[in-house]
Amino acid sequence: MSAPSASAGAPPGVARGGIRHQVVAFVVMLAFFAVAPYFIYPVFLMKALCFALFACAFNLLIGYVGLLSFGHAAYLGAAGYASAHAAKEWGVAPEIAILFGTAVAGALGVVIGALAIRSRGIYFANITLAFAQMVFFFSLQAKFTHGEDGIQSVPRGRLFGVLDLSQTMNMYWVVVAVFIIGFLIVYRAIHSPFGQVLKAIRENEARAVSLGYRPEQYKLIAFVLSATLSGLAGGTKAIVFQLASLTDVHWTMSGEVVLMTLLGGLGTVFGPVVGAFIIIMLENVLSQLGDWLTVVQGLIFVGCVLVFRRGVVGELGRLLRKPL
Amino acid sequence: MHRFKALAIAALVATAAAFAGSGAVAQSGISDGVIKIGVLNDQSSLYADLAGQGSVVAARMAVEDYGADKKGLKTEIIFADHQNKADVGSQIARQWYDAEKVDVIVDVPNSGVALAVNQITKDKKKAFLVSSAASSDLTGKACSPNTVHWTYDTWALANGTGNALVKGGADSWFFITADYAFGHALERDVEAVVTKGGGKVLGKVRHPLNTQDFSSFLLQAQASKAKIIGLANAGGDTTNAIKQGAEFGIVKGGQNFAGLLVFLTDVHALGLDKAQGLIFTSTFYWDMNDQTRAFAKRFSERNRGIHPTMIHAGVYASVTHYLKAVEALKSDDGTAVIAKMKATPTDDPLFGKGTIRVDGRKIHPAYLVEVKKPSESKKPWDYYKVRATIPAEQAFRPLADGGCELVKK
Amino acid sequence: MQIFGVPTQALFGQLLLGLINGAFYAMLSLGLSVIFGLLNIINFAHGALYMTGAFVAYFLLQGAGLGYWWALLLAPIIVGLVGIVLERSMLKHLYKLDHLYGLLLTFGLALVIQGLFRNQYGSSGLPYGIPAQLTGGHALGFMFLPNYRAWVVVFSLTVCLGTWYVIERTRLGANLRAATENPVLVQAFGIDVPRMIMLTYGFGVGLAGLAGVLAAPMYQVNPLMGADLIIVVFAVVVIGGLGSIMGSIVTGYALGVVEGFTKVFYPEASNTVIFVIMALVLLVRPAGLFGRGQ
Repeated sequence: MSAPSASAGAPPGVARGGIRHQVVAFVVMLAFFAVAPYFIYPVFLMKALCFALFACAFNLLIGYVGLLSFGHAAYLGAAGYASAHAAKEWGVAPEIAILFGTAVAGALGVVIGALAIRSRGIYFANITLAFAQMVFFFSLQAKFTHGEDGIQSVPRGRLFGVLDLSQTMNMYWVVVAVFIIGFLIVYRAIHSPFGQVLKAIRENEARAVSLGYRPEQYKLIAFVLSATLSGLAGGTKAIVFQLASLTDVHWTMSGEVVLMTLLGGLGTVFGPVVGAFIIIMLENVLSQLGDWLTVVQGLIFVGCVLVFRRGVVGELGRLLRKPL
Repeated sequence: MHRFKALAIAALVATAAAFAGSGAVAQSGISDGVIKIGVLNDQSSLYADLAGQGSVVAARMAVEDYGADKKGLKTEIIFADHQNKADVGSQIARQWYDAEKVDVIVDVPNSGVALAVNQITKDKKKAFLVSSAASSDLTGKACSPNTVHWTYDTWALANGTGNALVKGGADSWFFITADYAFGHALERDVEAVVTKGGGKVLGKVRHPLNTQDFSSFLLQAQASKAKIIGLANAGGDTTNAIKQGAEFGIVKGGQNFAGLLVFLTDVHALGLDKAQGLIFTSTFYWDMNDQTRAFAKRFSERNRGIHPTMIHAGVYASVTHYLKAVEALKSDDGTAVIAKMKATPTDDPLFGKGTIRVDGRKIHPAYLVEVKKPSESKKPWDYYKVRATIPAEQAFRPLADGGCELVKK
Repeated sequence: MQIFGVPTQALFGQLLLGLINGAFYAMLSLGLSVIFGLLNIINFAHGALYMTGAFVAYFLLQGAGLGYWWALLLAPIIVGLVGIVLERSMLKHLYKLDHLYGLLLTFGLALVIQGLFRNQYGSSGLPYGIPAQLTGGHALGFMFLPNYRAWVVVFSLTVCLGTWYVIERTRLGANLRAATENPVLVQAFGIDVPRMIMLTYGFGVGLAGLAGVLAAPMYQVNPLMGADLIIVVFAVVVIGGLGSIMGSIVTGYALGVVEGFTKVFYPEASNTVIFVIMALVLLVRPAGLFGRGQ
């Protein structure tokens, strides 16, 4: 079964022209992050950045490996709870808390990935959903998560013992840094020999096997990487909002990240970032308008699938004739 | 490798530039001249009917009736939907306080969201008037000098309903509880009251939130032969359980339901033929006296005919009392206003005379109500008969028992 | 006599209730299975269309005074027509693409339909009564069985078996199955394949609407009634084996019973047990219990 296609990425040989555009796009993105907090409410930006990282991690799996996971909320949420608990109950420094959350998500990714990788297509989606529901159930029942009240009043702490994160702008720069690190990891994974093998597996698995590659291993590594970076996003988000709740492990959160990635452009580098920002902005705007949010989100899904399959960045890339 | 290096260098340069150039952030100033009220609740899912837009209407009515304009107090009311998500609610609260100069947030159903907003309000020293949320922690472990908890809480409901029923001879109970923190809290509080009153709990079963089918749990309740089946849940779960209870002949078989958190709009959704006989505690009912009736008439005209629930009444009353305090102090500084609200006895057409304790708990009488039979209802929304009044001093948890740090021993 | 601390009498009662719930799962997963098995569309909008069926029943009663029996007939047709409109306008463009696009599209449609209903009708739920002929019940010794619930089991079993028979044992069904394997060839035989696909989708969706009418007297009619149900029904279909009609029916009833037992021994997990089973089944038999693989 052919996977949902990534945007027509230029083969590696044509890299030169493509890389320049991507570097330009990257610098533009950084400039935006540098300037935006002076015009836009920083907490909103931080939320968007966390989700952008989550979407980039998710995109690794669907855009480049061709596997639609319908249970990615499990990693976001589990990391959120782990980080929140570490920061609040154990009193560790924020960077340790976030790393702890990331590690928990990674471990979860190894376990679920090992079991799920054997399937593909709709079965893969279902099995990831099944495990995510189990994570939800565990989050609901476990004492330390406090059920629907969530873990509240998580302290922001001092980064490395020095930088006071309760100051909004300090927290902001840290989130930007975390996002950039995650983004670059994803970028590196895609544009590397590892990424090439993934692409080969996606295009023609049988031939990749005949060349001596073991697809299961590659898929698993990609899966764990995707889960780990989702955990990084979740742990950071828990510190920013000082809160970990059931929303982050609910299956509708898994649906949201699919929406963000689809809207931004499956298999593009910058698509998930753009998609995340648009969706978060939409939620903000529509929260004032009562209940039109789900309707609008649904319409975006429908519109994207019917006429806008490449997503915002995909279409932009097509216009410029360069992969973005 | 090539690409990666280029990007990494670009990243480092840009980040360095950003750090070098970071200066002051555009910060919001303290609101001047305008009292900005933010109604934050669920406009789209479980709690949209018992609070929702109705709370916005109630807040507007409070401001108009108070005559804020005539007294030279400029007010503005905004609202938002927190979708029952703690992170959405907390982000809206932060944005409201930081960027949009909101002075006070009102309503907030869903205890998870309320607890989050409670903390943010305390950190930013604004004001928070809770009407919808149930958690008694808001005036207990999580009490704050910036929060007033108005309408009701889990302790009041548990005590009111539990005590009254046990005294009336209902001494065997079976609980059907939502498997959620607030469900557990309700069950625990009622169980304590029942056993203290000499009753027995014959069994309990916990169901996942938003369960459609209660047949299995009702069967277990029937088998226990308990006189009262306590529903420690809310909203759709309660109404589904009651509706299906009728199907299984629970009431005909001699057992009765005790709703532990029921609102007027739930009874309306069920219809009297299914809800009749249901007993629960409420702190407000629109048809109790002329003042409440007058309010209800004006309210329903502005709220698509829906009559006010105790939540709506709580929003109206808390905003009114807040405005009084602001006018007296000539300031909308959160901590000061809340302190003034605690220092001033309350008097409004809906809850009558009352006080706000040092832990933020608003004290007023509670009423044990029973849903009328269809034949007893003479007009639209004529649903309750008041069986007993619980005096204010007994309706809420004693001050010393909450574990609130504001209470000096 | 007791099994694990629960009297057998009580257990029988729960078993019967589980069968009744299973009837819903079976009917809903039947529609999903028909649609996937024959059309390769993963219809995530199934839950929203089930809800629409319940609302249509409500409207027929409030607006036209047409009661339950009329609704049983008319609501599936109306919902089926809605399905046909959706198929013609949107779904047919996706047949050449990966299945997952169909999933995403129908997911979006579900959000739109649910959102619109919720905007209009709030979420407290609307009342719909049990039809007069089916009120009351019988005391069976180990439990009190409401007549309406007995009716639900009987009716859904009939519908399920009838559908299975048509698809697996009649010429029409054979044509349908052939058309999925090789539409071009079947079309060459003079059968109007696009029209058959359209009608099949309408039928599958009509089954969801029918389930909605059955549900309306039991549960409150509210816009969210299908939202959490859809992922459970998906699990049923996947466990039974995507594309196997009998698999969905059997699994639906079986899972209803398993859920019933869970409600006795570990009720908090009753929503989650089905996912545990799905994970186990997929690990051992990746194509589902009765599936024919891909």
